[in-house]
Amino acid sequence: MTVDALDLADELPGSGGVASPDVAEYAMRLGDDALILSQQLGWWISRAPELEEDLALGNIALDLLGHARALLRYAGTSSGRSEDDLAYGRDEPDFRCCWLVQQPNGHFGDTIARQLLVSAFQVELYDALSDSGDPGLRAIAGKAAREVAYHRDHAVQWTLRLAGGTEESRARIIRSLTDLWPYVDELFADDELCDRLGDAVPRPSSLRAGFDAVIDAVFAEAELERPQVSPAMARGRSGRHSAHLGYLLAEMQWLARRHPGATW
Amino acid sequence: MSAVASGGRPVDAASAAAWDVAARVADPEVPVLTIADLGVLRSVRSDGRRAEVVLTPTYSGCPAIEQMRDDVILELTAAGYERVDVSFTLSPAWTTDWMSEDGRAKLERYGIAPPNGSAPVRRGPIPVLLGVKCPRCASLHTREVSRYGSTSCKALYECLDCREPFDFFKVH
Repeated sequence: MTVDALDLADELPGSGGVASPDVAEYAMRLGDDALILSQQLGWWISRAPELEEDLALGNIALDLLGHARALLRYAGTSSGRSEDDLAYGRDEPDFRCCWLVQQPNGHFGDTIARQLLVSAFQVELYDALSDSGDPGLRAIAGKAAREVAYHRDHAVQWTLRLAGGTEESRARIIRSLTDLWPYVDELFADDELCDRLGDAVPRPSSLRAGFDAVIDAVFAEAELERPQVSPAMARGRSGRHSAHLGYLLAEMQWLARRHPGATW
Repeated sequence: MSAVASGGRPVDAASAAAWDVAARVADPEVPVLTIADLGVLRSVRSDGRRAEVVLTPTYSGCPAIEQMRDDVILELTAAGYERVDVSFTLSPAWTTDWMSEDGRAKLERYGIAPPNGSAPVRRGPIPVLLGVKCPRCASLHTREVSRYGSTSCKALYECLDCREPFDFFKVH
């Protein structure tokens, strides 16, 4: 037996279970959020304002890729598809990511604002999901919860720094948060899938209070106002996406589709 | 024995012997530590010919876990085990609390500040940072340069007394 003949993907995440179709759909939402955000953050490597930030955003992207792999692998058990099938083989309407993670990297402040909102949501989500009745989701969430807490810390520190930095940095982070705020409501929208899953997953709406408390505390510390803007008609959970996702997928999936089955 | 063991050397002789072989495998990114020191080696079961090993990844995206798995198979195969099965468990989630005292001491001698045993306060939105001791001159007069370092599990620090940069194995 040689080590090369062994396929690690068959072994992880180790929860060992097969997801029901509903749990698989739910895991795909979370996995797609993590995958798309990871792909976005990877762009910053070598482009961030300082070397430490190349490391930070790269490491956060790596954590998110780990979450995406575990979630998509678990989602795939329901339909006999691999994590790669799901990441590289699906077309845009089959993705289930929220619109917030699809928003462009923009400048560094835009990326930090996006990271603050996403990670504040993910901390609440994975904390609640750590008590899930579904063993697969519970195992993945228990691990992810600690990691996204670091991501949130990082985004909070930068938000405070930018808001309290120069007039320019303050104006920009206010603008970034205002631009992204319309995509917050989608994260907390309940739908039929959550109704069917019942106690297996936290209701998205139940996570809002915890998210608001954290964001309000950060805004208070940074002397920022909560943006007063209307929510966008974001429908990512049902496969209706923003104009940005197609371009992102084209870049992310190009190699795998050009060379099907290729491995490193 | 359940796959989710508490982590530790088995009591029966055959499994304990296989554990001792697997426990020699080093972390490829922090070679001074073995997978047993790290708490990555969760359980080993063996009848002397076959070995079943359970590992847990440190961080979700840690690439070292694949290398550790291969090294466990190579180490046990070289020791004469006919069949080696390695599986992974995600729960309970790995924590630096599982790092052995011996492992912490080895880390410090190697020049990496070991996890200082008290996680940052995570409940609040504004995290609390605790003092980290310089592994070279033992000063607590240190500064976090970057929360993220050369690997997922480490942060980059600088000692303000001896002026040396050093890695800190983050509390997790």
